[in-house]
Amino acid sequence: MVLPDKATADGLVQAAHLAEVRGRSLWADARIRFFRNKAAVGALIVLTLVAIFAFFGGFIAQYERDFVDFALMGANQTQGVPSIETGHYFGTDSSGRDLYARTVQGTRISLLVGIVGAGVAVIVGTLYGAVAGYFGGRIDSIMMRTVDVLMSIPFMFVLILMLVIFGRSILMLFIGIGLISWLDMARIARGQTLTIKNKEFVEAAVATGVAPMMIILRHIVPNLLGIVIVYATLLVPGMIITESFISFLGLGVQEPNTSLGALISAGASQMQYGVIWQLLFPLFFFIITLFAFFFVGDGLRDALDPKDR
Amino acid sequence: MFSFIVRRIAVAIPTLLILILISFVLMFAAPGGPFTNERPLPEAVMNNVMERYGLDDPYPVQMFNYVKNIVLHFDFGPSFQYRDRTVNDVIAQGFPVTLTYGFWSFVVAIGVGVSLGVAAAIRHNSWLDYLAVGISIGAQVLPNFVMAPILLLVFTLWLGWLPGGGWNGGQWNYVIMPVIALSTSYMASIARITRSSMLEVLNSGFIRTAKAKGLPMRRIIWRHALKPAMLPVLSYLGPAFVAMITGSVVVDVYFSTGGIGQFFVNSAFNRDYSVIMGITILVGALTILFNLLVDIAYAWIDPKIRY
Repeated sequence: MVLPDKATADGLVQAAHLAEVRGRSLWADARIRFFRNKAAVGALIVLTLVAIFAFFGGFIAQYERDFVDFALMGANQTQGVPSIETGHYFGTDSSGRDLYARTVQGTRISLLVGIVGAGVAVIVGTLYGAVAGYFGGRIDSIMMRTVDVLMSIPFMFVLILMLVIFGRSILMLFIGIGLISWLDMARIARGQTLTIKNKEFVEAAVATGVAPMMIILRHIVPNLLGIVIVYATLLVPGMIITESFISFLGLGVQEPNTSLGALISAGASQMQYGVIWQLLFPLFFFIITLFAFFFVGDGLRDALDPKDR
Repeated sequence: MFSFIVRRIAVAIPTLLILILISFVLMFAAPGGPFTNERPLPEAVMNNVMERYGLDDPYPVQMFNYVKNIVLHFDFGPSFQYRDRTVNDVIAQGFPVTLTYGFWSFVVAIGVGVSLGVAAAIRHNSWLDYLAVGISIGAQVLPNFVMAPILLLVFTLWLGWLPGGGWNGGQWNYVIMPVIALSTSYMASIARITRSSMLEVLNSGFIRTAKAKGLPMRRIIWRHALKPAMLPVLSYLGPAFVAMITGSVVVDVYFSTGGIGQFFVNSAFNRDYSVIMGITILVGALTILFNLLVDIAYAWIDPKIRY
């Protein structure tokens, strides 16, 4: 046997070090794709700013959101104009309350509703869809028929009926929105599960005797994650619109709390008195938040779901 | 085809019953009854009131009677808050209005949405295409309750062209803003769906064959491409109907058009359970009926669809 001399061996080791490429996971790939998408990154920055505004903006507010300045009540057209000096950055509303503090709170509630709704959709919808898809057969058809039936009900009306019967509160709104939000997600998760469950690694798990629920939790759900994240992001604006719709009608979030829908409604009812800022500030935050979520969702879809291009 | 329709109806009826069941369960689960006030009624009065409205029967009996009255007499029962008004009165007063502007908003949404989508697909990657895509993205963040104040601001307060609300027997200038506010968001969806399905059809083999045999472009689009491209739009009409009827609540409240939504929201504030339930169930029934018609139309146009 001919041993290579030392120089050659060292060279080989060096070459091996040079050739060693750090493996990239699918997630890292997706991250790179996402950050190449300028619109999505821009939207993510906007979204971060909106979130900072919603959760920390209250610290620079000069007034409490429910503080009524009686001197300004009914005089907001002349004295409640947005200005830095008075501390009412966004002006005041018709009751003399600081619109800045209220917009901060409204944005926060709207964001929370969107995120909680999407969170429920992710947890319930993914599990429901994965179970239906994995077991298949009669269980699947019963579970998915139920989803079909629930989807063909005009849910806004049932939601309002619920709010009337159980009282109008944020909690009820969260529950109501959570109840519908998972339907679409269940369908998407089921469709994906149908393709995943025939893969070899699931077969291996079945062969080694892993329990069905364990297979769903450990092997199916992690592989659904990409598509679930995409649709969860796209669900958030829908949830925000639903909440704002109900609050616009006055049936959602109640005083002294507020949400963007309630603020838009209040602004819309006051705009003929020349206090246009009362509509424009909440509307601005509403629109940029929705836009940002749509673009981030789109970017995530391109990044995580490459076949959908 | 016939068995398909029968099977489809066999699904529709339980759906409706489930809706009624959900409404009833919600109502029975309510803390207190419809007549629980801050100042409680004397027990004897309460008992009489409960008997008058049949609320002392067992729950299943109540539900059965309710469904029976709707099916046999189309009677949704009395209003719980107004003695001189039944739910039927409310429906008779509000529904024609809602259906009038709902119909026009459908016409506008389909007409404008489909032409925009087709134009965008034919002139793919031109300014027209970008305009259509831009409109459909923009309209996503302008739901009806945002559109309504903006329209009012521009056309009533600034330009003074259109009246700010009311119905006036459905005179055209009173109908315009409700129709635009209502149709924008699903017009955008229709445009987007039409564009993508038209692009797909235009790239398929039979269109290439039609081009190869020298047919003029106009004829290819009208005769060959439009029909298959319309199928996804057709299946979107069900969700669009739900969006329309839901949006009508905002339109009614905002423009005081006097449609079903105005009664719905007023009843929601008055806790007038029977009116809310009647409207919910009727709207649900209409939605289910509309979905049924869409599915049958779909199966009729595209015989490959059977489920």
